[in-house]
Amino acid sequence: MQQTRRPVSPGHEPAVLAELLGASKQFGHGLAAVQAVQGLDLEVRSGELLAVLGPNGAGKSTAIGMLTGLAAPTSGRARLFGCDPRDVRARRRMGVMLQASGVPETLRVRELLTEFRGYYPAPLPMAQVVRAAGLDGLESRMFGELSGGQQRRVLFGIALAGDPELLVFDEPTTGLDVEARRGLWATLRDLARSGRGVVLTTHYLEEADALADRIVVIDRGIVIAQGRPAEIKARVPGRRVRAQTSVSLVVASQWPGVVRASREGPWLELLAGSAEPILRALLDLDPLVSEVTVTEPSLEEAFLALTSDMEAAR
Amino acid sequence: MITPTAIRRTADAGTQRSNPAKIYVTEARHEFLKLIRIPIFAVSTIALPVMFYVLFGLAFGGGEDGGVGEDGGVGVTTYMMATYGTFGVIGAALFGFGVSVALERGQGWMRLKRVSPMPPQAYFVAKVVMAVTVSAMIIGALFILGATLGGVRMPAAQWISLGLVLLLGALPFAAMGLAFGYLVGPNSAPAMLNLFYLPMAFASGLWIPIHQLPAFVQGIAPALPPYHFAQLALGTVGAAEGGSQALHAVVLLTFTALFLAVAAWGFRRDEGRTYG
Repeated sequence: MQQTRRPVSPGHEPAVLAELLGASKQFGHGLAAVQAVQGLDLEVRSGELLAVLGPNGAGKSTAIGMLTGLAAPTSGRARLFGCDPRDVRARRRMGVMLQASGVPETLRVRELLTEFRGYYPAPLPMAQVVRAAGLDGLESRMFGELSGGQQRRVLFGIALAGDPELLVFDEPTTGLDVEARRGLWATLRDLARSGRGVVLTTHYLEEADALADRIVVIDRGIVIAQGRPAEIKARVPGRRVRAQTSVSLVVASQWPGVVRASREGPWLELLAGSAEPILRALLDLDPLVSEVTVTEPSLEEAFLALTSDMEAAR
Repeated sequence: MITPTAIRRTADAGTQRSNPAKIYVTEARHEFLKLIRIPIFAVSTIALPVMFYVLFGLAFGGGEDGGVGEDGGVGVTTYMMATYGTFGVIGAALFGFGVSVALERGQGWMRLKRVSPMPPQAYFVAKVVMAVTVSAMIIGALFILGATLGGVRMPAAQWISLGLVLLLGALPFAAMGLAFGYLVGPNSAPAMLNLFYLPMAFASGLWIPIHQLPAFVQGIAPALPPYHFAQLALGTVGAAEGGSQALHAVVLLTFTALFLAVAAWGFRRDEGRTYG
């Protein structure tokens, strides 16, 4: 069904830092059981930026939880530097930024960074952590006195503090303004370029596209696509075309790039990679076409298209 | 904004080692700072028992001879130094542990700690050190007040043994706080703890000597851990109610084991919790 893409030169394959092997996670028991993630395969190599993309509730945080040893998989395996993710030796090589972490408000920024730097054998010098996380001048402030954006930066600094080989970020840009987001992207790229492995979760296709070397798309706990950003984008419909037309569903489904077609009375709706070929074909076949609109489908719809795509292929 | 600084891996990576002793020291220091900087914690846990001792121990039973009873027994200021010491230590342990664990579980701080390479024991050891340190501050304040204003006179050995028993008493109640921290939600923790702490302190004879309490309260006291702690503390100054001191110790140890078992259950339950 899916194939993992690996670099072609087998002798110089970057090391696998962390992986999930057929990992499933179920919360609760019996009738109340919720299958959060099912049979997830995931791997991160050094020097690689992997984006785990999916809508809210897709199981992204559960996947991160298993990868970092917060939650043991119900079945399958999680490996961190070849060890159990709960192994302290493995954790000394990883830095993590979780989605919501209520940091004690009465500790100062410097104290928080010192605390986490102390856990690691060769931490990043304090000045470098402060600079990389953009915390200059805030070192003596208590966490509770910081703004939301500044607090996120402290959490980012905590992830960097140990100078780890693997960095895991759960939705790092949520709640950041556009400028801060761009800044963080640049830092994340630098981190991957320096030879570290970086995993991040996001529900923005744009973000995954701009940053990642590889994207894994998950929805309702299963991988629905993975590959390089260009490959993923080619499969995700970029445009929704809606029009009143007499063109039949069967004909329209055959047009280039059409992922999904549906009809509702006089309305024909198409999801496709781009709008132009569709519009050309539409005007050619039906000069009387009216009420044409072109919009961008939501990520949810894009994921749905991918899902039905996969189901059709089964 | 996060500046796109080029971050280079340090050249000496792997040659240094993290120092475990330093982790424990930092952790304990921060645990203490974190709580002492919260005014409500500092006031309610440290000032309250000291103030109660001044009001009920010194103002009522004080005077020049307060340290020695009329019949040659133990005076009020001595007796209450032991019972308010017990009250203070229980408060520090119960709140220092219970409220902070409940909060840190609820807010996800504990999760961030758990994915870090911090030795998991360090988290709990730091809280024990904090509870014992705050307890020592309370005991110190009570001892100074007792010896000066209260006229408490005892052999050095008795001062030391009372101090040690009070300090050790922090442990069972730290375990109780820990169990609470895993049972209650972050928002209800302070209220729930007070609901247990205050009536329990009263019924165990920490505010008013146990023999002056109504008979039915005296009947339920032996079921409460603070009663046994108070009797051990009073035992060091020769004012225990009778009954075996060893038995009090065994009861406290049993309670401790029970609380730790509940906490361990809660700790494991958290591992399987939904993380979104």
